[in-house]
Amino acid sequence: MCMEDGDGRRSRAMGLICLGMAWMAASAQTPPVQVPTVQAPRYTVVVDAAHGGDDTGGHSGTQSGSQNGSWMEKDTTLALSVRLRSLLAARGIAVVTTRETDTNVDRVRRDELANHAKAQACIILHASLSGTGVHLFISSLAPAQPARIEPWSTAQAPWINRSLGLAGALNSAMQHAGLSVTLGRTALPVVDSMACPAVAIEMSPKGASGGSDHSPIDSLNDTDYQARIAEAVAAAIVEWRSAGSDTGAGQP
Amino acid sequence: MIPRYQTVLFILLLAASVIMTVLLWRQLDRAHQRMLEGQSSAPTQAPQVAAAESATLMVASDSDGSLQPRVLSLPLPSLEANPGARARAILGRLLDLYAASDAAHPVPGGAASIEQVFLLPELADDSSSGIENKKAGQNGPQLAVVNFASSFAANHPSGIETETLTVLSICATLQANFPRIASVRFLVDGKQIDTLAGHADLTRTYLTSQAVPTEVVTP
Repeated sequence: MCMEDGDGRRSRAMGLICLGMAWMAASAQTPPVQVPTVQAPRYTVVVDAAHGGDDTGGHSGTQSGSQNGSWMEKDTTLALSVRLRSLLAARGIAVVTTRETDTNVDRVRRDELANHAKAQACIILHASLSGTGVHLFISSLAPAQPARIEPWSTAQAPWINRSLGLAGALNSAMQHAGLSVTLGRTALPVVDSMACPAVAIEMSPKGASGGSDHSPIDSLNDTDYQARIAEAVAAAIVEWRSAGSDTGAGQP
Repeated sequence: MIPRYQTVLFILLLAASVIMTVLLWRQLDRAHQRMLEGQSSAPTQAPQVAAAESATLMVASDSDGSLQPRVLSLPLPSLEANPGARARAILGRLLDLYAASDAAHPVPGGAASIEQVFLLPELADDSSSGIENKKAGQNGPQLAVVNFASSFAANHPSGIETETLTVLSICATLQANFPRIASVRFLVDGKQIDTLAGHADLTRTYLTSQAVPTEVVTP
């Protein structure tokens, strides 16, 4: 009995050792377990082409003298948006656009898209036959401390200082590109409800310094002029990102 | 031979016809007068009989997005008797400048674009005493309500800069000539609308202290 018990224990021990060796061999052949890595936060920019659909925005009306016919603000903003999206995507920046076609997007929907994206920069594109050059506007809301819950109509208030920084980067890039720029503050409802560094860019006809003898309509329809502005905006956002604004997305 | 009673009846009927004609003519004349009086009785131009006074207009320029003060001598209604008409006359002159062919900030419409300007005391919401409110209203800050004609909003050039400059120049001009005006609201044909021409927010109350550029503020 004792011999039989001792042989049984020995054989069970050998079996366990064999099982252990087989498991080790098997585990050596499987790929190593993926250790979860902390990914860098995605750099996102919201590009809002203002107006669209039945909301034409500004339009040429009865103005004449254009070689390219009529002009509507919604078309220029969409063309600028498409150019800017391509330029930013080529630089590895994720872009959220509020519209890709000639559709009327509600103002509240634009703000919802921007705020859900938790973007590092929000660019609102406008165009006008008035004035010259490029106009940069930030919200006229007074800066405020961030709160746990922000009122919808003044969600931009805690972001004013960062919006000023973004406007400064855009101003530098525009001037570097030889564009005339004016900076200002305005009460624009779509900007006031954005919880991100937000700047409204209004494209106006080239001024005398732009070396243009075209009519205002031809100037706004000029694809080279649109390309210069889009490239300057893309360069400014790259500069803004490298300046360290990529941290704190979603936080003022 | 005509009976006597028929003659009397004829004379009475003739007299009644004459009286009714006179009455009808007078009623027609009164109705015409009422119609004329029903039209806007507010002056659209500053009264020429009033003494000329200096007024500071904050004139906008689209080229550089600036507001520059311009002092003009204008015949204006009395500040004490009719401050609303005085404000309307000053703003009308400002919009006349914008309607000129060589304007640096071209906006069609001119003085007729402003239908009324109301100056109201700004009452504190948290004050429980009506008497204190009344006293504060006599010398305290005021709210100006500017009522545009609908044609002004319909014909205003569209754009963030041009619309913002129009709003700010009106606020700054009111502040320069009526220091008690602390805030301004805008209506179009007596109603609140979202934007002036698609951009500048007209639903909010504008503070005049934020409209005046700091470099041109005079103590």
